[in-house]
Amino acid sequence: MELYLDLHSQPCRSVFLLAKVIGIPFEFKLVELSAGQQYSEEFGKINVMRKVPVMKDGSFVLTESVAILKYMLQKHSSSLADHWYPADLQQRARVNEYLSWQHMNLRAHGSKVFLLKALFPVIMGSEVPKEKMDAAVQDLNQSLQMLEDKFLQNKPFIVGDKISVADLVAIVEIIQPVATGLDVFEGRQKLTAWRERVKKALGEKLFAEAHEVIMKVGSLPQQMQNNSNLEMLKPKFQKLFS
Amino acid sequence: MAVELYLDLLSQPCRSVLIFAKKNNIPHEVRNISLMDGEQYGDHFGKISLIRKVPALRDGDFCLTESPAILLYLAQKFQTPEHWYPADLQQRARIDEYLSWQHCAIRLHGSKVFWLKLMIPEVLHVEVPKEKMEAAVEELSGSLKLLEEKFLQDRPFIAGGHISLADLVAIVEVMQPVAAGLDVFGGRPKLNAWRDRVQAAIGKELFDEVHQNILGSQERVKVMDGSKLEFSKAKILNFFM
Repeated sequence: MELYLDLHSQPCRSVFLLAKVIGIPFEFKLVELSAGQQYSEEFGKINVMRKVPVMKDGSFVLTESVAILKYMLQKHSSSLADHWYPADLQQRARVNEYLSWQHMNLRAHGSKVFLLKALFPVIMGSEVPKEKMDAAVQDLNQSLQMLEDKFLQNKPFIVGDKISVADLVAIVEIIQPVATGLDVFEGRQKLTAWRERVKKALGEKLFAEAHEVIMKVGSLPQQMQNNSNLEMLKPKFQKLFS
Repeated sequence: MAVELYLDLLSQPCRSVLIFAKKNNIPHEVRNISLMDGEQYGDHFGKISLIRKVPALRDGDFCLTESPAILLYLAQKFQTPEHWYPADLQQRARIDEYLSWQHCAIRLHGSKVFWLKLMIPEVLHVEVPKEKMEAAVEELSGSLKLLEEKFLQDRPFIAGGHISLADLVAIVEVMQPVAAGLDVFGGRPKLNAWRDRVQAAIGKELFDEVHQNILGSQERVKVMDGSKLEFSKAKILNFFM
């Protein structure tokens, strides 16, 4: 199996982590987003949408991390503990509910804060306007509140007592704005306790390995400045800031 | 025992859920939640869903939101015909891929066109700058192109030879900008042909019945009380403009 990844990307991290947790052998094909490698002719043949992650299992090519995660979970279900993607109707529904909700909520809001903090200055050539930043952080706060109040409530994990793919998808998205220096866990004991449980269930070492590059995101603007592709990338990134 | 479906048929995901329930003869009771009247913010609905969005399902004391989750739950619980969500891993993955992609693509872009073209100018009485409208239509065009070229290609339906949850979720979203008066199908023969196949597979009568409300939007806004949406105005403008 080939996985086309850039671990700066949240959905790449969830796919990477799950593949490692399950123990699926795969070839890591780096697609360096900050260098614009997703726009290469070669990668265009892999994925016309020019996004990561992409999975290639034999001749079967699949995009969208949620689809890739479900494919891996179902393909390897016999060697995997049930709690990752429970067979029970209602528990599975809770996983699916989270995986659906997160696209336009935690993922969208966490990404926006990340992009504004990490990339806005180097792409737009100026500091982020305060109202824009404040609005983005407010949206993120609302999503985090919903994660605590509706998806976790008083349970250790989203589905219940055990970790599932929903928690995995949630944690990688939360780390994104955290990596830019926004401590979303401050003042949120429930979320902090959940984070520790998730890290433990995944394996601290593996979690750290998956998040190594994003935690160094401070150096990303400089990397991009030094890159000859920056002018080509600017208009594509500018769309994200409109 | 019938499941309760909390719906407003002006909402795309409510339509996919109702079509699925009716098509598969799933015992259900519809509870209308009028979004225009703000009923999603009522105390009763708050007990069903903290997220305060439709559709929502209640099965005994189990409450569920998010249409992809509801559709999968109904398909599994009521053992609907296999083509809706095939057991074959790769076909299933194609459906999951579409259901994931569509959130930030066709669903977002179709909704945006609906609000910018119709609701914001006609109900909220806020002028929409021409460039914003053009940009929204262009984004939608990009998504429709991907639907045709990546998700359909030469197949009759997204997962292959038969209609699945992916086509159902796709068609209700494509109808939203249509309801605002945008000619989505003009100049898109592949999309047109797919729509005809999807309508035939669902049943034209059922399809038309569920889409009656939304397709009356252009007429309804002429007589609609704009003050109804005042409480959501800031949020709507912030999101779409």
